[in-house]
Amino acid sequence: MRKKTKTERRNPKLTKATVAHVASLANLKLTSQEKAKFQKQLSAILEYIALLNEVKTDKVESTSQVTGQENVFRKDLVEKGLIQDEALSGTKEKHQGRFKIKAIFE
Amino acid sequence: MIELNQLTIKETREGLARKKFSSLELTKDCLAQIKKHNKKINAFITVCEKEALEEAKAADKTISSQSSALSHQPLLGIPIGVKDLYLTKGIKTTAGSKVLDDYLPQYSATVVERLERAGAIIIGKTNLDAWAHGSSGENSDYGATRNPWNLDYVPGGSSSGSAAALAASMCLAATGTDTGGSIRLPASFCNLVGLKPTYGRVSRYGVVAMASSIDSIGHFSRSVFDAALILNLTAGYDPHDATTPKKEVPDYTKEIGEGVKGLKIGIPSEFFGEGLDDKVKEIVEGAIKKMEELGARIIKISLPHTQYALAAYYIIQPSEVSSNLARYDGIRYGFPREKFADEAKRRIMLGTFALSTGYYEAYYLKAMKVRTLIKKDFDKAFSKVGVILAPVSPTPPFKLGEKVEDPLKMYLSDVLAVPANLAGIPGLTMPAGFINGLPIGIQFLGPQFSEELLFQVGGAYEQATDWQQRRPKL
Repeated sequence: MRKKTKTERRNPKLTKATVAHVASLANLKLTSQEKAKFQKQLSAILEYIALLNEVKTDKVESTSQVTGQENVFRKDLVEKGLIQDEALSGTKEKHQGRFKIKAIFE
Repeated sequence: MIELNQLTIKETREGLARKKFSSLELTKDCLAQIKKHNKKINAFITVCEKEALEEAKAADKTISSQSSALSHQPLLGIPIGVKDLYLTKGIKTTAGSKVLDDYLPQYSATVVERLERAGAIIIGKTNLDAWAHGSSGENSDYGATRNPWNLDYVPGGSSSGSAAALAASMCLAATGTDTGGSIRLPASFCNLVGLKPTYGRVSRYGVVAMASSIDSIGHFSRSVFDAALILNLTAGYDPHDATTPKKEVPDYTKEIGEGVKGLKIGIPSEFFGEGLDDKVKEIVEGAIKKMEELGARIIKISLPHTQYALAAYYIIQPSEVSSNLARYDGIRYGFPREKFADEAKRRIMLGTFALSTGYYEAYYLKAMKVRTLIKKDFDKAFSKVGVILAPVSPTPPFKLGEKVEDPLKMYLSDVLAVPANLAGIPGLTMPAGFINGLPIGIQFLGPQFSEELLFQVGGAYEQATDWQQRRPKL
C-alpha cells in the first residue's frame, strides 16, 4: 500500500461512506443524491480548510473564551420558570401533561 | 419633504417631542411602505400590524400626558424590525427555517425585552438565511430577500431582511446578529450603519444560537448616533448570559463629535491583497484619505494570520452549529430534522465530522489555536493604533443566484469580516460610496470594548461625508 502523505493523514478524503456515517451521527436522513452532492461540496470545503496545516501551532494555547471571562457563577437561587402549560405549548404530541416521544428502546 | 419613515431615530425623537407628528403617523407610514414593497423585497417574514398600531397609539398617549416620557424611554413610539432569530414572546419566530415554522416562543430575548422597555415598537420579524447561515439571504426557507438598491442583487446576509427593511424605509432601525459578518456585510451592501459589538457586550439570551463562542448581537441604523443610542439600551450584564461581563455601560453617544485629530488609524496590508476588487479598493482608499484630511494619522500595519481566519472560522463555526442545532428534535416545539435545508445540513455535517473521534485535535483544536494567533495579531496592532480601517467585502454586492451552487464561493464573501469575530472585537460598518448604483461599505475595527471610540471615529467620518443620506428609489 502506498504510504500516506502528511497532508492526507491530517485531512483524510471524505468518502461517501464517511458522509453517510456523519449524517447518521447527526441524526440527518440523506438520499443517495444528497450524499453524493454533500460529499463533493464538503470535500471542497475541507480542502480549503487544509490551509491551516501551514500554521505552526505546537506552542500555541487555544482560545475558547475570547474576552477572558472565567469561572462565572451566579447565586443558587430559584428563578421563576415556565409553568407546565407554557412548557408544553409548543409540542404537537402530549400525554397527561407531559411530552410524548417515540420509544427509544424497542 | 422627507417622509417620516426615512428619518433617523434622533430626528424622530425631536419630532415626537415637539408634536410635529405622532408615532401613529410614523408607524402607519412604515406599514404602508411594507405593504407596498415587501412582496418584491421580501424583507419581513411576519408583520405585526395590529400590535404595532396599538402600541403606537399607546406611545402617543404617553407622550401627550407625560412630556418627559421620551427621556425615560429613548425609543418610545419608534418602529423597529427584529431579525427572526430573536425570540419574541407570542410572536412567531422561525430563524428563517421551516423547522420552526410554527414556533411561538414563551419568552423574549433579553435584547427584545430591553428595546420594548425603552418603548420600541416591533413592526415585524425580518427575513434571514435560515439559522443565520449565509452571506446573501438566499438560504432562507422563506424565499430570498432582495436588495432595495437593485432587486437583481442580494442585500447581503445573514441579516438580510433587517438590512433590506431599513434601507427600504420600512422601519427606523433593525436588529441583527454577526457571527461571521452577518451585520457588517448587509450593512455594506445596503448603505447602512451596522454595528457588531464586542463578544459579550450584548446578551445573546433568547437569540437562536449559531456558534456560541463567536455570536455577536448588534443592529442596523441610519446614523452613528442611532447606533450608539441603541447600544446604550442593549449593552450590559445579563444574568442569563455568562459571557456578558459586569462592565460599566458608558453613554455611547457622548464621544460622537469629538473628532479624530491625532488618532492613529491602522491600515492592514493583508486586507488589500489579491481578491480585493479594484473599485472597492478605490472606495476604501478614498475613505482613508478622508480620515487623513480629518486629522487622523494613517499607519500601515500587518495582521499576518488574516489569510487563515476564514479556514479557522469554517471549522469553529460549523462545529458549534452542529452542537447547537442538535437540540432541534421536533419534540418540544417545531418540526423534525427532515425540515433542515441544505445549508444547515452541510454545516451540521461539517461540524459533526470535525468533532468526531480522531478528528477533534486536527480540526477544532487546531482552529482554536489559530484563533489565538489571529487575536494576538490584533492585540499587537492595537498597541500601535487606535482603530483599524478596512474593506468589509472584497467585492461589490453580487447577483442573486451567482454563488448559490458553490458553498465555498459563498463562504469567501466573509473573508474580510471573520477575523473580527474570531478576535471578539467590535466593528462598525459605514457607507462609503457606490459602484454602478450599488452601495459599498467600510469597517472600523477597535479593541475589545472600544465601541465608544468606534462611534467617535464613525461619527467624524459621517460628518465629513453624505453617503448615508442617499436612499434607494423603489
